[in-house]
Amino acid sequence: MNTPLRRVGMAMMVMILLLLGNATWVQVINADEWRKNPYNRRVLLDEYARKRGLIIAADGTTIADVKETTDRLKFLRTYSNGPAYAPVTGYLSVTYGTSGMERAENDLLNGSDDRLFARRISALITGRDPVGGNVQLTLQPKVQQVAYDQLTAKGFTGSVVAIKPETGEILAMASTPSYDPNLLASHDAGEQATAWKQLNAEGSNDPLVNRATQALYPAGSTLKVIVAAGALADGKNKDTQYTAAGTIKLPNTQTDLPNFNGTPCGPGQTVSMETALAKSCNTAFGEMAGQLGANKLRRQAEKFGFNDPGLKVPLPVETSTLGAIPDEAALYQTGIGQRDVQITPLENAVVAATIANGGKRMQPYLVSKILGPDLKGIEDTEPDEVETAMSKDNAAALRDMMIQSEINTGGQGIGVQVASKTGTAEHGNDPLKTKPHAWYIAFAPAQKPEIAIAVIVEDGGDRGLGATGGKVAAPIGRAVMNAYLAGR
Amino acid sequence: MSSPVPTGEGSPGASVATNTSPGLRPPTRRGTELVMLSFAAGLVTLALILVELNQERSLSLRILYLGLAYLGLFACAHLAVRRWAPYADPAILPCVALLNGLGLVVIHRIDLANEGTVFPDGSVWDPVAFKQVIWTAIGLLLFAATLKFLTDHRMLARFGYTFGLVGLVALMLPGVLPGFIAPEINGAKIWLRIGPLSIQPGEFAKILLMVFFAAFLVSKRDLFTTAGRRFLGMDLPRARDLGPLFAAWGVAVAVMVLQKDLGSSLLFFGIVLVLLYVATERAAWVVLGLGLFSGGAVVAWKLFTHVQQRVANWQDPIARYEKIGGGYQISQSLFGLATGGIGGAGLGAGRPEMIPEANTDFITAVIGEELGFVGFAALLLIYMIFALRGLRSAIAVRDSFGKLLGGGLAFAVCFQVFIVVGGVTKLIPMTGITAPFLSYGGSSLLANYILVALLLRISASARAPQRAPKPKPQQPAIADQHTVMVERPK
Repeated sequence: MNTPLRRVGMAMMVMILLLLGNATWVQVINADEWRKNPYNRRVLLDEYARKRGLIIAADGTTIADVKETTDRLKFLRTYSNGPAYAPVTGYLSVTYGTSGMERAENDLLNGSDDRLFARRISALITGRDPVGGNVQLTLQPKVQQVAYDQLTAKGFTGSVVAIKPETGEILAMASTPSYDPNLLASHDAGEQATAWKQLNAEGSNDPLVNRATQALYPAGSTLKVIVAAGALADGKNKDTQYTAAGTIKLPNTQTDLPNFNGTPCGPGQTVSMETALAKSCNTAFGEMAGQLGANKLRRQAEKFGFNDPGLKVPLPVETSTLGAIPDEAALYQTGIGQRDVQITPLENAVVAATIANGGKRMQPYLVSKILGPDLKGIEDTEPDEVETAMSKDNAAALRDMMIQSEINTGGQGIGVQVASKTGTAEHGNDPLKTKPHAWYIAFAPAQKPEIAIAVIVEDGGDRGLGATGGKVAAPIGRAVMNAYLAGR
Repeated sequence: MSSPVPTGEGSPGASVATNTSPGLRPPTRRGTELVMLSFAAGLVTLALILVELNQERSLSLRILYLGLAYLGLFACAHLAVRRWAPYADPAILPCVALLNGLGLVVIHRIDLANEGTVFPDGSVWDPVAFKQVIWTAIGLLLFAATLKFLTDHRMLARFGYTFGLVGLVALMLPGVLPGFIAPEINGAKIWLRIGPLSIQPGEFAKILLMVFFAAFLVSKRDLFTTAGRRFLGMDLPRARDLGPLFAAWGVAVAVMVLQKDLGSSLLFFGIVLVLLYVATERAAWVVLGLGLFSGGAVVAWKLFTHVQQRVANWQDPIARYEKIGGGYQISQSLFGLATGGIGGAGLGAGRPEMIPEANTDFITAVIGEELGFVGFAALLLIYMIFALRGLRSAIAVRDSFGKLLGGGLAFAVCFQVFIVVGGVTKLIPMTGITAPFLSYGGSSLLANYILVALLLRISASARAPQRAPKPKPQQPAIADQHTVMVERPK
């Protein structure tokens, strides 16, 4: 009987070997597949079990906090003043993942970033739970609040971005309609699901989209500052004369390019670049773009930050482009910010900030500091000059023209001199019957700028077809700049 | 069965070396056992400390007491072995102690994780670790009693038929009794509820039936070779010789299948197949058995939706993740194992409570998640050592009944591990069976302790010096050894 018994022993060893082999497959070789399966909540729960870092505003106000809970997730993410900051903070949801800063700085906030390595080791030795690092933003609560309130007061859909020209710090980034990220962070799966469904419902107007970085709009007349900058670099000056006609034909076509209401730009045959910018004359700027040429115009736009697909602030930013300029007619249209020009509100704020900063373009950023769990600084963001978009003199000349533009727009002043450019961007298949987007870019005080802003209000705001950048967007921009300058 | 066990076939094997020199007593190796038991106690205490730390409990002297109490329990078991089976194999009891202790720690760990959990039906999680400690104590008592009263395993062979009958009745009892005393739990009607206790008679029936089969096969062995006819190239015994065996086998497997206890039916089928193979030394039985099994499995798959479910869950658990009775459980097990990876999450630091039945059928998945592949492999190797030591005793013992029973018991444990761990790791469809010594459950633990006592008894008999070594008529040449008949020791 011993021979069969020995064979049984062999069979037993084979069974154990099979189990070991299979365990190797499941736990080692093929482990990633199971670990990363969307149904596997263990990894996510581990992240939750760690105390997530805070998101703090520039003045130390906590925007995103954590609260200890008794349930399985251990910590609840809470957002104070959620809707005002939601476009920047994003949300942290067990079911729906992350967005915004919660996603961009996820590794740091959940404590797995290498910059926290030393602290992780010490946590391991002292036996304390590892905790996430904190993120301090450049957002100024007063400015952010005014920006958000200005947009929501009349129920506008749009965005405001404010930048400190000298450094590139983003002082405010608002986008409406917004949402309450607390609902998505809820530990109640039902509440999460209801909120998610509402936010993604038809007609909800995409509250989850941060329009400041994610939405692309036609630039409209605000692009004229770039055309002017290109012309100045090309040897022109503020007194160079351009056509004053109320309407011209696009080259080689029968299509009209009219001024606003078809009004001539001045009494004579020609007007100066200064007057053309102040009055936002389309005919003059069509001609100006035509003289400059597509390549120089494109190069000038790129110096202001167009065509930069990798831009992160650290939220990813959509790429602003002039679009294809196949012929001269397209070039004329591009010169007034229409045709295929697409720009984000953030990029338009960068344009304003660059002019304000004497032509030096600073990298825009939202994170000013990375703090350890103990709130001690780990890393400060240094302002980064990317490129010189214009000479200092040309920037000053453009600034002076924008001061005239502000006066022409009926700016009553906010105690300091403002330099600005408005835009009324047509869009849609039937531009004349579609409510235009209202733009306003500006900086102040004009002589020594401390804040540059871009404002867009979609679809005419409360003015419908009659909306203009000056009537709808400009008051918001002035209020935001005033809030910052008054609160200095 | 009235006839005593026939004279055991003399196959002295390896043990002969220690037995042939009268007067020279082989070492009992009880000291080795004690050292290994202490090591097991140390490991288990360490595991408990880890769990408490990782679950953020304050450490107290209580843990030390628990560790000492555990050591005390097994010290008593050790003393029982020392007194009543001094020549028993020294490795088996420490393996069992380690498995049982680890099981207790994991059951306690699941209790901690589920503490205060309120279920949809309003009931609150009932901690079970302490109950399992009581079951362990009772199990060890039963273990000691078995060693004391069963002075020779061959005594069992005398009651082979009785055991077989009792086993069958015990197996069928829950199936035929009304619901209030034999409730259906998780779709299987295999429990008897007596007051606060739930007992699975099937666990005990398994051992009783194994004793019957072993005794029966040994008593009829001679007939298998002398009478019968050749069929398809193999010698088939006469039907009337094997009739009772096939009847009992068929009834047992049928009952388990009808009770929807798939794991047990598979286990039992395998055990009897192995007994048959070892007794007859004919591999054809294995082939025939596997054929029967394949046929039976296909039929069961066609007939029963719960079998189809298990197979579908095994094929693609993720696809059936959200279905009721779908792949959720097996998926959670795999998620845990994979997330644990090579080194594991650490005892008490994973999330094994997400696996339904984490403290019973899926307890090995908990160990895989928290101790990683390393711990999981160690666990499997402990089982292998246990089973191989048992098998070694069966090979070394001198009588056929002991060989057959010992081999069967050792195989039973190993095969059970294969069925449950294979199910948990998606090697084979999950059939629902406990992991020996680890899983929460009194009946399984008690039955397994009896099984260990039987194995130790057989191993003791294998290693003990023969009490009255009679001079052998002729010292056979080694090559002829297995042809020589040796008188059964009195």
